[in-house]
Amino acid sequence: MSQLTAAYRGLRIGDRWDAAPKPVRWFGLLLVVAFAYYLPYLNILPFAYIRTDLTPSGSDWASVLFLVVVYMIVAVGLNVVIGLAGLLDLGYVGFYALGAYSIALFGSKSSPVVEALQVKFGLSEEWAVPFAACIPIAIVMSLVAGVILGAPTLRLRGDYLAIVTLGFGEIIRITARNLDGVTNGAAGITQVPTPPGPEIDGRQFFNTIDAERWYWLALTILILIIWLARRLEHSRVGRAWLAIREDEDAAAVMGVAGFKFKLWAFAIGATLGGFAGLLFGSKQQYVEPNAFMVQLSFLFVAMVVIGGSGNIAGVLLGAFLLTYLPERFREFVEWRPFAFGVALVAVMILRPQGLVPSRRRAREFEDRRHEAEEAAADV
Amino acid sequence: MDFNNLISGLDRHTLDGITRGSIYALVALGYTMVYGVMKLINFAHSEVFMVGTWAVLGTYTVIGATAGDGLGMVIAATVLALLAAMLASAGTALAVERIAYRPLRKKGAPPLIFLITGIGCSMVLVEIFGQVLRVFFGRPFGRVTVNIPSVLETKTVFTIPGIDLAVSNTRILIIVGAIVMMLALDAFVNKSRLGRGVRAVAQDPDTASLMGVNQERVIMLVFVLGGAMAGVAALLYTVQYDITKFDIGFIIGLKAFTAAVLGGIGNLRGALVGGLFLGLVEVYASAVWDSSWTNVYAFVVLVVVLMFRPTGLLGESLGKARA
Repeated sequence: MSQLTAAYRGLRIGDRWDAAPKPVRWFGLLLVVAFAYYLPYLNILPFAYIRTDLTPSGSDWASVLFLVVVYMIVAVGLNVVIGLAGLLDLGYVGFYALGAYSIALFGSKSSPVVEALQVKFGLSEEWAVPFAACIPIAIVMSLVAGVILGAPTLRLRGDYLAIVTLGFGEIIRITARNLDGVTNGAAGITQVPTPPGPEIDGRQFFNTIDAERWYWLALTILILIIWLARRLEHSRVGRAWLAIREDEDAAAVMGVAGFKFKLWAFAIGATLGGFAGLLFGSKQQYVEPNAFMVQLSFLFVAMVVIGGSGNIAGVLLGAFLLTYLPERFREFVEWRPFAFGVALVAVMILRPQGLVPSRRRAREFEDRRHEAEEAAADV
Repeated sequence: MDFNNLISGLDRHTLDGITRGSIYALVALGYTMVYGVMKLINFAHSEVFMVGTWAVLGTYTVIGATAGDGLGMVIAATVLALLAAMLASAGTALAVERIAYRPLRKKGAPPLIFLITGIGCSMVLVEIFGQVLRVFFGRPFGRVTVNIPSVLETKTVFTIPGIDLAVSNTRILIIVGAIVMMLALDAFVNKSRLGRGVRAVAQDPDTASLMGVNQERVIMLVFVLGGAMAGVAALLYTVQYDITKFDIGFIIGLKAFTAAVLGGIGNLRGALVGGLFLGLVEVYASAVWDSSWTNVYAFVVLVVVLMFRPTGLLGESLGKARA
């Protein structure tokens, strides 16, 4: 028995977690989730220091939490593309923008598209596409964009994919900025609809003041998406992605149709990105092209890679750190990009596998490091 | 759609396109050489160019060159600025290689990680000029556009008869300068002993090291050469546009990388072809349609070209070019 406990103690946290009995794991998970839902009200002293609104100039804590969760959805989506399928997508912000713009274009009373529809079908000026109908529109738009972008470019080698997707992100932003007649150009679209809900104190349930409701909504969606992503990862499709990532030629020999599965990864990633964008646009109630600069794509990729690409827990941590830390240290706003750059270089050099890599990935890195060392020793 | 604008000003637009393309091509060389040898997109290369433009400004400030100086001073200032920009850019490129790429190479990290450290380095360099130096030295550093004195004043040197196209001294300098540097680099890589080493590593790193080529030195050489070319591009850019800014590198870098891919990344002559092609496409398309869509034209052309020629116009062949 004592031997067993000793062996147990020697395990890493991840292995210990797996070795724990199922009820313990469920209970632990429940605690984490409950704590996550409680976070907006966090007021217990040592922990309360993580709040971002301790100084008068700080940002609203619940809004920060909401943004963290939205970026977590982005990170889980991008993880499918980069971490599982191994495709370098530098234009992910394009899908995010598409999601935000589809709800703005179809759901807002003041968007040129809705106004044109009102005139065409003789509808009242208060009419707009209902929120529930905007969700499938956003999903279809980002999905179609993913397939349109992926179909011609996924046959290219990885490095070419990077530049083409980068271009795609720019094209979406420039289009949004220049098509005045459709997107209101640089002025952006206001009155983006919020999810329906009962009115409380004469205000809509989802409004600009009670940000914690947005946070709970996003958190619930995130939990659902994580569950789906985990199922996907361990499905036939997920195994195919791993095979493609590790050796595309060998996978092809084994009968894994590389192009088909890559397109799947791209489309699923695009959909999740679009969904996150939809949430973001709806919470802001305002969408403008400058919110979707290319640099945001780099931030997204950095979240996945710093956290540990291929591992959902890792990318969640990456998204949390890269969204939360800049908000927490708002008083150093001028120094943030500099610190961010230094941190990117430092973390990647010290831990190229990411902060919390998946075990499989960690072993791949270990192998590569040994190979590099052996190669160096041979010379 | 305004084809009349394109046709009536075809000569002018062509000259504009070649000028722009020459600068793209020079910056593209840095991407293409590093890619050819290391199979790596050096995302910090755009900032290597940016540092060069600041070096030009610094040189002018130190020697006190301004617009309207005498001919001797103009030549001296331009040559000094060129050397300073090449030195600064090459030094920056080398520093990026040392700090961000070499430790990862030792660990055998996958390409994605190099990309992230490249982006990190690029942010650090941008912030050094946008924030860090401003805190210590004040203006001209900071997040604003800075004017660079047009030491070499634009003058019409000759007019091409028949089409009545005025060609200025700055245009001549840019186009001739870019082409001379390209030819020199091409000759260096194809003819010299060191260049042979570069081609050997590009073709097959393992075999090259068995044949006694020092791979680390080749990589350093490639970064230095690419950086120096970005320095030349920086001088030519300031001669034409008379400005610099902390984030000036981003768009130029993006375009130059597009140019490198267009021509066939890893291929020196491809960089020239891709740069000129991209410059012309941008200027022509902006003349026909609207210049606010310039970046869209550039990327659409890239996608179309890659669909039909997946390895770029000339194909990838730093190693295979006259092996």
